[in-house]
Amino acid sequence: MKSSIVIILFFAAGIISGLLMNGSDLSIGSGMSDYALHFLLFLIGISIGSDLKVFKIIKKLHFKVLLVPVSVIIGTLAGVAAVSSLISDVTLNECLAVGSGFGYYSLSSIYITELRGESLGVIALLSNIIREVITLIAAPVMLAVFGKLAPIAAGGATSMDTTLPIITRYSGKDYAVISIFSGTVLTVLVPFMVTMFL
Amino acid sequence: MNSVLIALILGGLTGFLVKQRKAILKHLDRITFYSVLALLFFLGFSVGANDVIVKNLHSLGLKALTLSIAAVLGSVSASWIVYRFFFKSRE
Repeated sequence: MKSSIVIILFFAAGIISGLLMNGSDLSIGSGMSDYALHFLLFLIGISIGSDLKVFKIIKKLHFKVLLVPVSVIIGTLAGVAAVSSLISDVTLNECLAVGSGFGYYSLSSIYITELRGESLGVIALLSNIIREVITLIAAPVMLAVFGKLAPIAAGGATSMDTTLPIITRYSGKDYAVISIFSGTVLTVLVPFMVTMFL
Repeated sequence: MNSVLIALILGGLTGFLVKQRKAILKHLDRITFYSVLALLFFLGFSVGANDVIVKNLHSLGLKALTLSIAAVLGSVSASWIVYRFFFKSRE
């Protein structure tokens, strides 16, 4: 729990710095986060490569691994459909399209902006960023309540990259391979599912 | 190929090569956590520095938040069923 608070503080400090720097050269921030992301993935790679029992695990898991991305799709669509009536000016299909970003905010918001205009595009961008942030912040809580697949499910498409470090940290190294698998399947599906609903 | 996947594969090869050197691996978790902090800081930075996001935060933020929470709750609930019946027993 202490680590989550530290994470929130760093995220908040980032927002404040971003606001203060607003209008100046923005490429610094995204460039640095790219470096940080690649470095993280490199570290995750080391922890997987130094402990090869994960490959034995995925052989043992066989078809069960497919159930993880399937449960994310069903759960996400059911969730957003359930609240769609609470959201004014946004149709059920538009809500389903936003949900189908599965956290992959850059791609889904571009598609949605093109197909339905800027305001739904911004909702898609924010909603999918928030999904990623919720996963990063609340992973230990989800783990305690819903089990070890929960942080992977919450991460959606991001479970293969940005949220993978935190998933590995809480669900354990054994789940890193499942996480990468689920995130990869969902990432590939995002463009198809978003356009299917719009 | 995706550069993120390349970083992951390079790490995997490095990990395979250094797996006997426990002294290096001992610090891995801590360095990973520091990197998560850096990533979150930069993610916050790009949110704060993006005019479109900042200006629309009030009108669109609540709708986005509602959808995010619903999507996450739906996903973790569905994953709990899969975990309960297909994964938990093998541990």
